[in-house]
Amino acid sequence: MANSDITKLGQDVAWQDVTRGNTIVGCGTTKHFVTGDWTNVAPVVDEEKCKQCLLCVPVCPDSAIPVKDYKRQAIDYDHCKGCGICVKACPFGALKMEVK
Amino acid sequence: MPKKRVLMSGNEAVATALRQINPDVFPAFPITPSTEIPQYFSNYVSNGLVDTEFITVESEHSSMSAAIGASAAGARALTATSSAGLAFMWEVLGVAASHRLPVALCAVCRALTGPLNINCDHSDTMGAKDSGWIQLYAENNQEAYDNMVMAFNIAENKDVMLPIMICQDGFITSHAVNNMELLDDLTVKEFVGEYEADHYLLNPDETFAVGPYAVSDYYMESRKAQAHAMENAKQVILDVAKDFEKISGRKYGLIEEYQMEDAEYAVVIIGSAAGTTKDAIDKMRANGDKVGLVKIRSFRPFPGKEIATALKGCKAVAVMDRSESFSTNGGPVGAETMQAMYSEKCDALTINIMYGIGGRDVRVEDMMNVYETLKDIAAKGETGDVYRYMGLRDKEAK
Repeated sequence: MANSDITKLGQDVAWQDVTRGNTIVGCGTTKHFVTGDWTNVAPVVDEEKCKQCLLCVPVCPDSAIPVKDYKRQAIDYDHCKGCGICVKACPFGALKMEVK
Repeated sequence: MPKKRVLMSGNEAVATALRQINPDVFPAFPITPSTEIPQYFSNYVSNGLVDTEFITVESEHSSMSAAIGASAAGARALTATSSAGLAFMWEVLGVAASHRLPVALCAVCRALTGPLNINCDHSDTMGAKDSGWIQLYAENNQEAYDNMVMAFNIAENKDVMLPIMICQDGFITSHAVNNMELLDDLTVKEFVGEYEADHYLLNPDETFAVGPYAVSDYYMESRKAQAHAMENAKQVILDVAKDFEKISGRKYGLIEEYQMEDAEYAVVIIGSAAGTTKDAIDKMRANGDKVGLVKIRSFRPFPGKEIATALKGCKAVAVMDRSESFSTNGGPVGAETMQAMYSEKCDALTINIMYGIGGRDVRVEDMMNVYETLKDIAAKGETGDVYRYMGLRDKEAK
């Protein structure tokens, strides 16, 4: 991350080196903070049933369903916390929760 | 260095220091006995004597929150309060400290409710002693003014970057008019200088986040770093005092020792009653009594080593507390002083006296009685009750 001190908030950083007041210089740093391991369940896509309607995308609270060229991409399991809202939102039953 | 003798109350003295400092943002909510500070200051704003953004908010939680926001944005910010107002700020006091924002708070000490009471007592600021703020206590108007002039230089030091509470005793100091000395405006302006934050939210050239969530992987390191900054504050308070002496001729330390060189009996005290105690000492010294005083100026950081070192050689010590902590074991000043004495192997027989609670009068004779009690304790070789009250109506009083 250019121009950011986010590396000073890593798990291997001693107290002498943490940023003052845990402040962070630089933006977009949350993507470096992996939260996907907070859950033991996660949605899995059945590609045959998915119609690319994209209704799952805006309901994801963690922006873990990326879109590129109007197409849903693979779920970002580094940031999906397994809430299951996308499963409820899918009109085609193309998403289901599975134990990781 | 031109100086001016004036007659001023503690509140006006602090407000005058603030006018000379000309801070960027002052959010305020009134509460007795601190109300006069923002009241005087609002006159300076209306009369164009300062450039400060003066914000009238709807509560003390908001005044402190606004000061925090302003400080994070890069401004020099402060507010003032007392008693219930300080209690209402409690949540955000810790935020200012942990975000390492050098906000100042003019605290005018008043009893916490209840029962409802507006008089001098340290239960408000002692309640905030573990919030991560630096706390300097004044004995009189002059010290309240001087501490205010020094406040931002301490808080904004890059080795510190912690908020600072400038405490004075409600009414006794805040409202009583005293003869004192002001520095001229230019001298204060040059002494305090401009605040230049290294990172701040209104910087168009840098994105910056304040107050991110810290899970257990980060919180402990953050707290330790904050505690280390408080340790650094000890030296910085002394350094700033040295610079201040050059412009004022007045000396300050973490503690003040009065007649301690050969003292056999000592009182440890904070705030205005230190002056009363000095009078008691002068009277008793005239009769050959070896009595002395350790006045605590900086309660946070706590100069435990310095206090215990000053008390070494004493036969008996009374630590005075102007707030009841309900520990059943004494007050906060007593607890911390005795802990420091134990660590430093200072073995004077020591008692802890609750005094002046809720504005109960403290007279010179009361403090002379304390020394007489200490002489008694030393003669008997035992402390008796460690936790005591002074000036209490008590059917079982001995």
